[in-house]
Amino acid sequence: MREITYRQAITEAMDEEMARDERVILMGEDVGLFGGAMACSKGLYEKYGPERVIDTPLAETAIIGGALGCALTGMRPIAEIMFIDFTGICFDQIVNQAAKVRYMLGGQVEVPMVIRTQGGAGRSYAAQHSQSWESLFAHFPGLKIVMPATPYDAKGLLKSAIRENNPVMYIEHKALYNNKGNVPDEEYLVPIGKADIKREGEDVTVVAHSRTALMALEAAERLEVESGIDVEVIDLRTISPMDEETIYESVRKTGRLVCFEEGHRNVGIASEVSARVTENCFDYLDAPIMRVAAKDVPIPCATELEREVIPNPDWLVTAVRKVLGEREKVPAAVGYTSCV
Amino acid sequence: MATVMKGRGEIARLDREVAEGFLRTMMLIRHFEERSLELFTKGELIGMCHVSVGQEAVAVGVCSELRGDDYVASTHRGHGHSIAKGADIGKMFAELLGREAGYCKGRGGSMHMADVGAGFLGCNGIVGAGIPIAVGAGLSIKLRKTDQISVVFFGDGATNIGAFHEALNMASAFNLPVLFVCEDNMYALSTKTGDMSGAKCNADKGTAYCMRSRVIDGMDVYAVRDATRELISAIRAGEGPAFLDCKTYRYYGHSKSDTRPYRTKEEEAEWRSRDCITTLADKLTAAKLATAEEIEAVEADAARQIEESIEWARQSPFTNPEEVSKYVFAE
Repeated sequence: MREITYRQAITEAMDEEMARDERVILMGEDVGLFGGAMACSKGLYEKYGPERVIDTPLAETAIIGGALGCALTGMRPIAEIMFIDFTGICFDQIVNQAAKVRYMLGGQVEVPMVIRTQGGAGRSYAAQHSQSWESLFAHFPGLKIVMPATPYDAKGLLKSAIRENNPVMYIEHKALYNNKGNVPDEEYLVPIGKADIKREGEDVTVVAHSRTALMALEAAERLEVESGIDVEVIDLRTISPMDEETIYESVRKTGRLVCFEEGHRNVGIASEVSARVTENCFDYLDAPIMRVAAKDVPIPCATELEREVIPNPDWLVTAVRKVLGEREKVPAAVGYTSCV
Repeated sequence: MATVMKGRGEIARLDREVAEGFLRTMMLIRHFEERSLELFTKGELIGMCHVSVGQEAVAVGVCSELRGDDYVASTHRGHGHSIAKGADIGKMFAELLGREAGYCKGRGGSMHMADVGAGFLGCNGIVGAGIPIAVGAGLSIKLRKTDQISVVFFGDGATNIGAFHEALNMASAFNLPVLFVCEDNMYALSTKTGDMSGAKCNADKGTAYCMRSRVIDGMDVYAVRDATRELISAIRAGEGPAFLDCKTYRYYGHSKSDTRPYRTKEEEAEWRSRDCITTLADKLTAAKLATAEEIEAVEADAARQIEESIEWARQSPFTNPEEVSKYVFAE
């Protein structure tokens, strides 16, 4: 084992897969000599050259459409979109084209492409550079969506995504790039479609992903130390297709669920997890499910305002106490689901 | 300015075998489209149906210059491109009738007709969306270092959409082997080409991205063929993308519900008088390269093939509802 950053994990995954398969290419804005806006492709241009690490025009539709055309004709492209907020520009190519082309063509094609992008808040980048759009993309059949929280998952999931014969959205979190974590020296993969129990516990299940999975671990430590509450933290890792069984098994054990995400509360991933558990584990629930998510407000720039909108471990601590029946004032963005 | 080319289909240059091939494919498309409309009206053909009657010379002229391993991406009005690229007509009808034997196993229908094995990457329900995909196929060709080319058809309306401009710009910047073929049928549904853009003609948009651009009579299959030949030879020689602006006309409306209040009967009659099939047939008979009877025989044969294909499709099994989730993901 050795310790590397989340960013290095991403670079290593691309490097290893490009070395392994010459059909793998990286294309996007400033991914070449510059090394990517998030510095994830540093060194790849020097190693693989301009034909495999391709600086594109500032044109998201051409990037995704171009990658799709490559994927349909024998290449295995990784297309980088600098911020997930920019996928609005190429939404058609992602959801109407890449996601559906295999189905619409009756299985005539495979679509081995990865859309690497990053989202999330915490940097005062304001409303157009801080969003969590995974719930939008999770709505569409035909896309796989993965969101790593740790360097280990970042590397293993990206390698799996590159080997996948379906379009995968690989969504990084901008606040995690410098986080360090252990990865094996030898090659490994993290399977797509498999959640990870990041902390075992008996009293309450927390389902989170990306940065909120790390926040959940922090909150869980505090709850144990302060109150002896034993929290089980599930990191979804793959948003779609969702690993329902791991969630259900946990809820059957704990009887309580808090869904924790950084996207807006309205029609989010937390809502989806909540609905599925309600449909499938209702008899096991000892308390209403709670969602902890971003307020339904565009993400503001000022630090103290951004902090008001984006969930943090405190919010989760409060929600966990609430589902365990402890009386405490609950923040406005935390509430009972209305669908039970 | 883009170069405007005169039709060069001189009778003396007509080779009987080639001409008969053109005639036959254009007739196949014409009959395919006319019969599709009839079946659509009767309710036998499901979904949407945008026919290309009148525009056959563009599909046939361009595709006659392509190799089997070249790629073609198409539009919502793409039955003709599919046939011209060599797709099986029975499997096309089966798709339109929602059958398992269809090219897309009933999942796609008219707007997603595709025969990827024949290099036909597919029709597209979103205007302009096939253009960046074709450019991606061009990028792939360049990276794989083959001498294939990628061709994309689109209408005049698509030249105003962002995807078009992003795609042309990237193809030009990367010097990709892509032929952009604009089928300017004068109307984006109801709006006139000239009213919706400040550009004098679509090909000027190709010129703006520094590519070889030609304007030609899209009703003359030889003019289309000759211009395509010139442009493709430059593309295969590594000279980068090119743009072919074909002036043509769709005889019917945008779709079945379009009553065409935006144009006159006189205008329609004028274009029909320049019909690509009759013009070529007349040239052949005038040059005594074929008799009227021989041409009728070609047409009868095309009509027969269409009827047999429809019958084959009708006899083919329906889709299996239990398999509705099949093909969402590759295993």
